[in-house]
Amino acid sequence: MGVVIEQELGTVHGDEMILNIGPQHPSTHGVLRLKVHTDGEIITQITPYIGYLHRCFEKHCENLTYEQSIPYTDRCDYIGSMNNNFGYAVAVEQLMETKVPEKVEYMRVIVAEMNRIASHLLALGTFGLDVGAFTPFLYCFRDRERILDLFEMLCGARLLYNYIWIGGVSHDFPVGWVEKTYEFLDYFEPKINEYNDLLTYNKIFIERSADVGVIPADVAISYGVTGPNLRGSGVRWDLRKDDPYGIYDRFEFDIPIGTGAMGSVGDCWDRYYVRVRELEECVKIIRQALDVLPRDGDVHAALPKKIRPKAGHVYSRTESPRGDLGYYIASDGSDIPSRIKMRSPAFTALSCLNEISRGWMISDVIAILGSLDIVLGEIDR
Amino acid sequence: MVDYFLETFSEITWLASSPNLSFVLAVTLAGLPIFLFMALNALIAVYAERKISAFMQDRLGPMGQGVGLHAGKWGILQTVADAVKLITKEDIIPATADRKLFIIAPFILFTASFTAFAAFPFNEYLMAADFNIGLFYILAMGSVGVIGIILAGYSSNNKWSLYGAMRSAAQIVSYEIPAGLSLLSVIMLSGSLAFRDIVAAQTGTTLAILPNWFILDNPFTFIAFWIFFVAGVAEVNRTPFDLPEAESELVAGWMTEYSGMRWSFFFLTEYANMFIVAGVASLLFLGGWLSPIPGYLEGNLWGIFWLISKVSFLIFVMMWFRWTFPRLRTDQLMRLCWKFFLPASFVTIIGVGIWDLFVR
Amino acid sequence: MDLAGIIEIINAKFGEGFASIDEEVSADTVRLTPEQWGQLAPFLRKTPELFFDAMMCITGIDEGVESENLAVSYNLHSMKHNHKLEIYVSMPKSDPKVPSVEQIWRVADWFEREVYDMFGIEFEGHRDLRRILLPSDWDGFPLRKDYEFPETWHGIVINKMKEGWE
Repeated sequence: MGVVIEQELGTVHGDEMILNIGPQHPSTHGVLRLKVHTDGEIITQITPYIGYLHRCFEKHCENLTYEQSIPYTDRCDYIGSMNNNFGYAVAVEQLMETKVPEKVEYMRVIVAEMNRIASHLLALGTFGLDVGAFTPFLYCFRDRERILDLFEMLCGARLLYNYIWIGGVSHDFPVGWVEKTYEFLDYFEPKINEYNDLLTYNKIFIERSADVGVIPADVAISYGVTGPNLRGSGVRWDLRKDDPYGIYDRFEFDIPIGTGAMGSVGDCWDRYYVRVRELEECVKIIRQALDVLPRDGDVHAALPKKIRPKAGHVYSRTESPRGDLGYYIASDGSDIPSRIKMRSPAFTALSCLNEISRGWMISDVIAILGSLDIVLGEIDR
Repeated sequence: MVDYFLETFSEITWLASSPNLSFVLAVTLAGLPIFLFMALNALIAVYAERKISAFMQDRLGPMGQGVGLHAGKWGILQTVADAVKLITKEDIIPATADRKLFIIAPFILFTASFTAFAAFPFNEYLMAADFNIGLFYILAMGSVGVIGIILAGYSSNNKWSLYGAMRSAAQIVSYEIPAGLSLLSVIMLSGSLAFRDIVAAQTGTTLAILPNWFILDNPFTFIAFWIFFVAGVAEVNRTPFDLPEAESELVAGWMTEYSGMRWSFFFLTEYANMFIVAGVASLLFLGGWLSPIPGYLEGNLWGIFWLISKVSFLIFVMMWFRWTFPRLRTDQLMRLCWKFFLPASFVTIIGVGIWDLFVR
Repeated sequence: MDLAGIIEIINAKFGEGFASIDEEVSADTVRLTPEQWGQLAPFLRKTPELFFDAMMCITGIDEGVESENLAVSYNLHSMKHNHKLEIYVSMPKSDPKVPSVEQIWRVADWFEREVYDMFGIEFEGHRDLRRILLPSDWDGFPLRKDYEFPETWHGIVINKMKEGWE
């Protein structure tokens, strides 16, 4: 349409406008640059440019021992740090074929699920902020603060914990932590209704997000979209149930999936709603874990003196708040890994952006990006 | 007020001899309080917005303890500090921007709002210029502001500003129509475009105890009030219609490249426009300077008090909207205007006409 | 289906001994050459009994300074049958080429770009093979074991051992 000019920059279509969103932008969840080709306000193509936050995580790990790499895993997905640590620890323990004590297993599940709640709260809040609802963002953060306070009581850090170690955890639950967590859960459950009243069933929000950015199930699987994004497209797949690790097979919880209640299956509203429903499920899991948590036991009992896995490769995955977090670890028998690759869920989620946002408007791109819940730290590593 | 000044000047011989000078002097003296009132309104509105939004979002907003030079217990001096900061900021004009248009744009916007204020009555007798087509004049001058917005977006030489300006222009021009049409119902009932007559038509009581305001007159004017109010919110570019200034998408939309004093003009004008929209709504539908308890607490000063409080309440509702609702997308906004509000305002006109004819 | 069953089906189609488990890598890894991978990939996706519709991860590996091979490891998964497969493909460092599978599994688009970015392995048939994480004018392939960091990049000093670095 219009004039087509072949130039040094490639083909430029005469009617198109090329816009830049980012890398500094109030809305993108990190430093992300999107080159958007638009025809008026309708998108014809989006090219994401990443790598602004690349901190050479994988190269670092090739010079550090296994336990020294744990703080680096924190910083990849800095919003769900516990889950990053968890995934890494599970992968290395699989390579070393060690088992951790019961108490440690329960502790890991509790902190991982609490981190999942915190991460989903941030996802919901920032999605609301992207579509213009300023207040739910602050309500979500108010509740997230309480979780971060609990974590600070536990291990001293609010965001980057270095908590789940290979073979154990770094600190035992301090006195009173379990009671405070029960208090928090009792406080938090009714708040989910507050978010629903304010944002989920708000007519304007539904108009902004229903039927927008639909990811059909087969496209989602082909693009490697996992986690709440995939569940929003109607695929009932959760690693905690379908490929369990740790002791997740002992808990009773549902897997919410998108049903197209407000529009089509797999639209932004579905992905958003899956995350809201998952908040309730996380609370269930934490309660079940706290009820049967063994009270005594040494959390450092199974920490190996030297982490020297046998030579070989392993690929193990866990369910992080954003999806399938995978670690591919290649060991040559020494205490320094030969290769660690982190397969981040947000990386694959972002790769499908071009496919699903063609034909929508710029405001919709912001909404779609918000519903995919990406964290650039994880994408760029 | 201009008439009042002209009368007093006619008694001063050396002024009366040069009618041009006396006119200019009278107009300046009448316009100065208006300008001061606009600035004061912006200061108070900004403070109110920050405190109201803070309390709605479960936080505190500007605070300060103690007395003296510190911000004060309620953080009142915060807005004064902001004003001082804005005035002393560096004046940046982008190198590739169109200088003349860039500089003119805030002035056009401000002038439109300022001249609209000239016809706004605070009281039966207190207004800058006494028009007998006051309502029509305010609506007309309010529309001039669109030019300022378009110039601002265009001259910034920034694709995002251009987007914001285009969206804003489309939005404001579209929402003028339901806003104007819904006011027609009131004009039909009162028979005049002058504010004095419209408010005078709302004296007395209806159903023995309720004040005889137009909003309670018949169900069609009730609908007309809401159409006018929501269309007015769209006119001022407030959420849920603030796509042109959407932070998460366009940084600050058409205002992106403006900083310091120029930006403060836009800001001031936005709050002045809010006041005008709320003011017209209160004058036409909520009884203006009449007391809510008919017959009691009436008088000149009470009139000013009642009008200001009704306007403040409506501004509070506008702020309430902003912090509660997400924003509408451009096409949804347009669809709302053309497919919903416009037919609805036609219905109100016809409905009010029929009601007046048969029921009364 | 377990790994033995999968290998049976593959070998039935492509010939005995086509795919075999390579214990050195891990207990459930199949080692292939690049040409074999190019033949096998569409089959894995299309066969109803296998139906590997999800590519979980594509990892580039440098087998070590002494070895003269780079490798790519593909981890596949079937959502329908819930079985997994890992394929290990090595190639010489002097000429690292592998057929691209980005048209079969769309996720491979970005995964392969990342492997190219970090290791320099060329994926034949990839429609848009360019760097993804590093700047487009970066020299060299960092995750190779013999990688030397450049001294400066666009005037910014990189190598910490340089005296100019405080």
